Amino acid sequence: MSSARIRPPLPYNARDVVLPGDAACQGCPIPIALKVLSAVFGDKMILVVPACCTSVIVGTYPGQSLRASIVHVPFAAAAAVASGVSKALKMRGISDVQVIAWAGDGGTSDIGMATLSGAAERNEDIIYIMYDNEAYMNTGIQRSSSTPKGAWTTTTPVLGKEEHKKDVAKILIAHDVPYVATASIGYPHDLYSKLQRARSISGFRYIQIHAPCPPGWRFDPKYTVRVAKLAVETGYWILYEYYNGKLVLSGPSRPLLDPSKRKPIEEYLKMQGRYRALTPELVNSIREYVERNWEWVKRYLQ
Amino acid sequence: MAKKIALTGNYAIAYAVKLARPDVIAAYPITPQSPIVEKLSEMIESGELKASMIRVESEHSALAACFGAAVSGARVFTATSSQGLLYMHEVVHWASRARIPMVMAVVSRTINTPWNIWPDHSDFVDQRDAGWIMAYAMDNQEAFDLTLQAFKISEDPAVYLPVMVGIEGFILSHTAMPVEIPDEDLVGEWIGERTQPYIIDGSEPRGLGGLTLPEDTEDMFYGIQAAMERAKEVIKRVDREYGKLFGREYGGLISCYYCNDAKYIAVAMGSWTGDLIEAVNTLREEGYPVGVVRIRYYRPFPHEDLWNILRSVRAVFVFDRAISFGAWGPIFTDLVAGLAQYTLKLPVVVNIVAGIAGVHVAAEDFYNLLKSLIERVESGLERGYFEWVKIRR
Repeated sequence: MSSARIRPPLPYNARDVVLPGDAACQGCPIPIALKVLSAVFGDKMILVVPACCTSVIVGTYPGQSLRASIVHVPFAAAAAVASGVSKALKMRGISDVQVIAWAGDGGTSDIGMATLSGAAERNEDIIYIMYDNEAYMNTGIQRSSSTPKGAWTTTTPVLGKEEHKKDVAKILIAHDVPYVATASIGYPHDLYSKLQRARSISGFRYIQIHAPCPPGWRFDPKYTVRVAKLAVETGYWILYEYYNGKLVLSGPSRPLLDPSKRKPIEEYLKMQGRYRALTPELVNSIREYVERNWEWVKRYLQ
Repeated sequence: MAKKIALTGNYAIAYAVKLARPDVIAAYPITPQSPIVEKLSEMIESGELKASMIRVESEHSALAACFGAAVSGARVFTATSSQGLLYMHEVVHWASRARIPMVMAVVSRTINTPWNIWPDHSDFVDQRDAGWIMAYAMDNQEAFDLTLQAFKISEDPAVYLPVMVGIEGFILSHTAMPVEIPDEDLVGEWIGERTQPYIIDGSEPRGLGGLTLPEDTEDMFYGIQAAMERAKEVIKRVDREYGKLFGREYGGLISCYYCNDAKYIAVAMGSWTGDLIEAVNTLREEGYPVGVVRIRYYRPFPHEDLWNILRSVRAVFVFDRAISFGAWGPIFTDLVAGLAQYTLKLPVVVNIVAGIAGVHVAAEDFYNLLKSLIERVESGLERGYFEWVKIRR
């Protein structure tokens, strides 16, 4: 793997910041992502966290499983609070601390959408990270606009979700912000590089991390990374960066421009109990959706 | 040097904010508040005021951005009205429960639907239980003074609560009167540097607002109640200090007019108290022993001060410019509950709700109302009652 060769030295020991003994479920992807985050920023970050799994994972007052600063905020408020924090630090001349809105897909693609769009349009100097576990997992696996078509959730209990996933990264590209990237907890070095790049850029930066959730997606907790990798290997989740007006496919996704290099989508779907009721028609519909996403990437690459 | 200039209520607030030297202002436009942040934008863009303006996409985000900036050590300000205040209501609670000092102007306008931009107090009193210190001005000078004092009170270590300052839309916000602006350096010295209970700026790992168990959470909320009690003394001290330094002292949580020998007291809040006082002036000339108590602070509610004035009167007429549907006017409810802390032998307390949705109540309306109320008491009225008086011309 090329990303392994260019792996930069870690400035921080992730374990210095992400402490053991958090309240995450077995196999939770969130601490994986937080470890990568802390490897880049150490304790020099302020996480602005709306209602989401992380609100619970970091533990109960007065303890905290993350040795960095966290401001817990209302559900729809992450991007706005982060804007305020960022402005205050600037006014006070503090430049070595990264302000990061850290939100789930509900707090981003649904209730926080207007706030996110506002902060992006104002080009606030923050990094906005959506960890995308594709449903309201903290409240008990309810459908979000980021839930993919066909997935069972507790509010789509019989038919499964009937609409495709809202593509928030594309919406952010349409905002013409300095940096947009998709990432996956299955590829921590890729995520690390993207965070480093985001760090070197100022203004609004958006990273969406695909984060398979064992209880929500109905798979064995030991397969979190395998499911994440399959999402990429089947071409379902495309890793890319967008900056300077250009879209650049990331290492793991680059070969998959050629459809013959992609694993069959069924390999990804069949690992997850949430797709148990999937019909051949739905599989076809998902396959077409994946193909459409690749067509969009190809158009951008030209 | 102090100077006197003609200012609308909105501009009076903007000038007070400027003197308080905020670091961050975040706001979203709404009638009739907009001129406050328009003026502040102008001050910032012309370099008069060194602050950062965040022109957010909603009121919810306006207060959220203020909250974030305040948590990270900035002195902040926002302003809103009516629907905007309701839209940000979630964050109103969030800020006070985090004990983060900040100041917000509320330019009152009634609550929709239907569309109506005229003032009453319904938007302001709707924030009653949110843990903010709530002040309400009678005129533009007081709007200026209260706004400036709000920063001082909010950042007092005995208080550490956010403060909102209310004025009525249009009646004050869009009409001008001479306002004295004190010397900028003197104000700067008096207000001092920003103080707050904690700062989250990355200098050390800190968490704010994480999952907290019931007992610890209750302790935090109890702390707000205790701070409200301490705030009463802080408000009075700041009022006295301000009076000594800048020449205007208002009496603390309430203001009294002809209270000493009054047999009847009218209680009200906001700009219409000016019309009420005009009516009382006439009634005094006619020999009626009537006085006025003006509520300057709705939270903390000044029940001690009210008891001191009202304990010896025959009747109290509470004028509310808001209604708790299904109950009474909000000031009346608090006033009766407050007096009941001291005695169950209450004077006659009548609640008049009027001026709702911007209906104009003139001095002559107050005159007629007070006269008939006094006559009813003198002809043997023994208990209070509630009446919604609809003024029609």
